[in-house]
Amino acid sequence: MSLAVTELRRRPGRFAVATVVLTFLSLLLLLLGGLLDGLFLGSTGAIRAQRADVIVYSDTARDSFLRSRLTTEVRRQVEQVDGVEAVGGLGFSLLGATVPGETDLADVAVAGYELPPSGVPDPPSAGHAWADERLREAGVSIGDTLAVGPAGTPITIDGWVEDTNYLQQGALWVTLDTWREVQNANRPDAFVAPDVVQVFVVRGAGGDGLAAAIDAATGSTSTLTRDDAVFALPGVSEQQSTFNAIIFSTLAVVLAVVALFFSLLTLERTGLYGVLKAIGASTRRLFAGVVIQAVTVAVIAFVIGGVLAFVGDALLPGDIPLQLTPGRYVFTFVALVVAAVLGSAISLRRVTRIDPASAIGSAA
Amino acid sequence: MSSNPAPSGAPLRLEAVRKVYRSGDSEIVAVDHATLTVADGEIVALLGPSGSGKTTLLSIAGGLLTSTEGRVVVGGQDITDRSPRELTEFRRTTVGFVFQSVNLVPFLTAEENLLVVAELSGRSGMSRRDARQRAKELLDELGLGHRAGNLPSQLSGGERQRVAIGRALFNRPALVLFDEPTSALDTKIGEQVMELIQNEMRSRGTAAVIVTHDTRMTHYADRTVRIVDGVLSDDPVAAGHP
Repeated sequence: MSLAVTELRRRPGRFAVATVVLTFLSLLLLLLGGLLDGLFLGSTGAIRAQRADVIVYSDTARDSFLRSRLTTEVRRQVEQVDGVEAVGGLGFSLLGATVPGETDLADVAVAGYELPPSGVPDPPSAGHAWADERLREAGVSIGDTLAVGPAGTPITIDGWVEDTNYLQQGALWVTLDTWREVQNANRPDAFVAPDVVQVFVVRGAGGDGLAAAIDAATGSTSTLTRDDAVFALPGVSEQQSTFNAIIFSTLAVVLAVVALFFSLLTLERTGLYGVLKAIGASTRRLFAGVVIQAVTVAVIAFVIGGVLAFVGDALLPGDIPLQLTPGRYVFTFVALVVAAVLGSAISLRRVTRIDPASAIGSAA
Repeated sequence: MSSNPAPSGAPLRLEAVRKVYRSGDSEIVAVDHATLTVADGEIVALLGPSGSGKTTLLSIAGGLLTSTEGRVVVGGQDITDRSPRELTEFRRTTVGFVFQSVNLVPFLTAEENLLVVAELSGRSGMSRRDARQRAKELLDELGLGHRAGNLPSQLSGGERQRVAIGRALFNRPALVLFDEPTSALDTKIGEQVMELIQNEMRSRGTAAVIVTHDTRMTHYADRTVRIVDGVLSDDPVAAGHP
């Protein structure tokens, strides 16, 4: 172990190329992951924040909030299902809003609700809203009255909430009546009758069993668990699978870089390893040295890449949905270390095959 | 064949050792029923032309190769049937090697090259403090105390060879095996190195086998054994030189 560490310390230049390449790859992994997280969190906050076990859609909506419509009659049926503890209506309208003093429209998701999501207070008074902090970037302040949609429906901001955005639009949490008013004034093509909502959020016991029981009781609904509802949002699954494919492809490149670099290094050290084996070094010890070097290079690359990603995040414009979470850093670190171990493992066969007898009779 | 009285604890005892390489249907006999005993403190020169089998014999004596037939006893340990893992342990503790091209670890100082032996022994070896003391003593005895902190690239050929000898002696082995120790050196430095080997082995009473093809170096050995086509024989010319 000491041999491997000493070589890293005394000959850093030998590992510079691998460190630089892995630094760029770790930066790429963090940026890709940060974008994925930013897109995911920005799209799904309003649903993740729901303190609900299941979400009920109309069965013709194909799990879409915007297509779903549920009546009070369905609500009564849901409330009578065993295990249901609370039912609340929920509806969204995606619109542009004029912010006082700003020339650009702010993208908002007007969310009508009854049961307060996590971090959101009870519904405000009519015509008022709790705004997601993301809207600060659009110039929104507490006390502002936004003119929402083409009809300019006024909504006054009472306070801030966090991580509750919907499909990359800043959420404005309002009463169901205010939501219907906004929807009907600005989207007459998608009129919502009084007492109609898009979905019900349901608190209760049972998860999948509860969902099935609700659908059986109503005969006209499609019920998903909250997590399933998150991934049913438009584009979320596609974003996840696309970004994850790129991230795991990048990890495959990391593995290939480590494998190639340390294979070449091992090839170059064949003579030295032969001598060390001849004087009593075990294959295990020599291979452990290779792994330690690969992991150390990966960790150094991760640290530099992490700092660069952090700085890049601070410098990038706010409209790029990059969000570097501690979990993303941990995932990238673990993935790099695992790739380094697996990549260096390719050298095991080469180290094993080095014959200690090659040290004798060789002038090389 | 060459034989001496064979005390059971002799540093090296080869009994009818045979090494055969198979290539398809044919057999190549590299060492043919070689019998050799090296006594305590004895320096034996193993002289032979290229391809004579001297390297194979040295490798068998050092536990780097296993024999096809015969018996190999080093420092009282019969290593004939040992597994590769056991042979690794044997090489780490019982024999010392000095290689043709010195082969020091290039990024370690002279002192650290000696301490590699202790590191390879891990927890079973001596303490770090004792190892450093041992390395310092050896380097002082080899006249390299002032070069302890130098890398191999900063040492002359002769100094590097002395560090390699120090590494071979570090674990107080029963037997040190030298593979053409002067082949990379000019005659003058080569003679100095041979003189050093002679002095160091004698002062410690450590037995040595020195493989060489250079007859000018054999007079530093107590005894010269020739090997031709894998067959050992006493050298009547060189025998008896001091």
